[in-house]
Amino acid sequence: MRKRFGINGSTLVMGLYLLFLLLPIYWLLNMSLKTNQEILGGFSLFPQDLTLANYAVILTDPSWYMGYVNSMIYVVMNTVISLAVALPAAYAFSRYHFMGDKHLFFWLLTNRMAPPAVFALPFFQLYSSVGLFDTHIAVALAHCLFNVPLAVWILEGFMRGVPKEIDETAYIDGYSFTRFFTRIFMPLIASGIGVAAFFCFMFSWVELLLSRTLTSVDAKPIAATMTRTVSASGMDWGVLAAAGVLTIVPGALVIYFVRNYIAKGFALGRV
Amino acid sequence: MNKTVNQKAWFLILPVLVLVAFSAVIPLMTVVNYSVQDTFGNNKFFWAGLEWFDEMLHSQRMWDALGRQLIFSAIILAIEVPLGIFVALNMPKKGFWASFCLVLMSLPLLIPWNVVGTIWQIFGRVDIGLLGYFLAKIGVDYNYTQNILDAWITVIVMDVWHWTSLVALLAYAGLQSIPDAYYQAAKIDQASRWAVFRYIELPKMAGVLMIAILLRFMDSFMIYTEPFVVTGGGPGNATTFLSIDLVKMAIGQFDLGPAAAFSLMYNLIVLSICWVFYTVMTQMDKRDGV
Repeated sequence: MRKRFGINGSTLVMGLYLLFLLLPIYWLLNMSLKTNQEILGGFSLFPQDLTLANYAVILTDPSWYMGYVNSMIYVVMNTVISLAVALPAAYAFSRYHFMGDKHLFFWLLTNRMAPPAVFALPFFQLYSSVGLFDTHIAVALAHCLFNVPLAVWILEGFMRGVPKEIDETAYIDGYSFTRFFTRIFMPLIASGIGVAAFFCFMFSWVELLLSRTLTSVDAKPIAATMTRTVSASGMDWGVLAAAGVLTIVPGALVIYFVRNYIAKGFALGRV
Repeated sequence: MNKTVNQKAWFLILPVLVLVAFSAVIPLMTVVNYSVQDTFGNNKFFWAGLEWFDEMLHSQRMWDALGRQLIFSAIILAIEVPLGIFVALNMPKKGFWASFCLVLMSLPLLIPWNVVGTIWQIFGRVDIGLLGYFLAKIGVDYNYTQNILDAWITVIVMDVWHWTSLVALLAYAGLQSIPDAYYQAAKIDQASRWAVFRYIELPKMAGVLMIAILLRFMDSFMIYTEPFVVTGGGPGNATTFLSIDLVKMAIGQFDLGPAAAFSLMYNLIVLSICWVFYTVMTQMDKRDGV
């Protein structure tokens, strides 16, 4: 009897918590399926006449959907760059002692913790002066500020779990470093690479301050495009809501694959 | 793991070093540069020494923003950490429902930050938002754009909504790593639920909780987008936190000198707190023999 009650208590807590999490998202979804007249005209828990017009606006207007394309481009670029430089570095940290390694590791962490607001203006000037302003690569490089340290930390956590004997055996068998790394080592930490990629993807996707500061037209992210609805005649609530829902989709799609590793990633590889 | 000394490992670090130097050191030096110079426009700068630092240290505006920031971070930690642990303790241990909860809980973490702001901006509106509408219906005078207290509550509830799952996920991962034998031993000893929590679960979660607190503190300390979208720092300056104030100063008013001095002090605060946490974390690692 007692045990059954306990389970019910937990279910209740989880139910309430999930309800709290999902209500605001549901409300956004609900609004995105209504017409503006219905949103402003009256209050209803469900859309009275379901419409996909708001989504149609976004998916047919290049100035809207290019926002998604731009975001995707720089997010993918950032993920690739971050992983490419973080993989060898994480290997070095997990396998060797060298001069200044501990200080370096800490310094990397501090970059993950540095307030983006501090860097907004200098980044703007730096990238303007080298002619990269309003390009995808500028945003991708700027996001490396916090994603590279994160990737190094996560990958180092996973690499520590691979026994060193594997490296040594491979070297004795005559593998060169690059061959060993790409053929043997990377498959061993495949899940780690996946998790690191997910986190780079995610933090680059959700960041707005830097990406908005560094772009104006050609590389403008969707999140910045969304502010546009305010200036149009009145407020286009329906389209705003639809755009918001569409920004949630990519995250929701990939989250399923990494669900068991999310905590490890957030813990910087330290669970 | 016993590591070997190998100075050549530096070559493997080099790409990261170059990249992070480009995206962190150069901008930071620009900030340092501005912080000790003054300008009358036309890109002509002259040496101002520590004037800006002096000015910022005596500026009521910065101290106010810092005060608000500390209060905000303290409230956030005080709510999210216990709530996160509580949720983690109530999560299903395995099976379909565990995955189900994990996926749903991670959802808010993956929403772009300004969309989070937009969601809550809409959600709290009295005319079209679910929350605002129901509060008005039951007679609560709720208006986050006018009332300071309402604005604070909205921003805090939004942050709890957004980030509590992070604490819960980390605490959950910590709980998963506790072997069953511990619980069986506790059962034999007839330990109370509280004793199990206090002497088994809490110590085992300490490491990840440390990281959770570090992340939550840092991220709430540099929060910008969400309150900016919801309240724009208002009413008045009531929800103007450090980052919002900094961006206002640097990009809005283009007061480069003071903004740069402010940035450096802001960064130093973050750095020192980060160092304290890092030291504690590595000590814990050593003690556990990881």
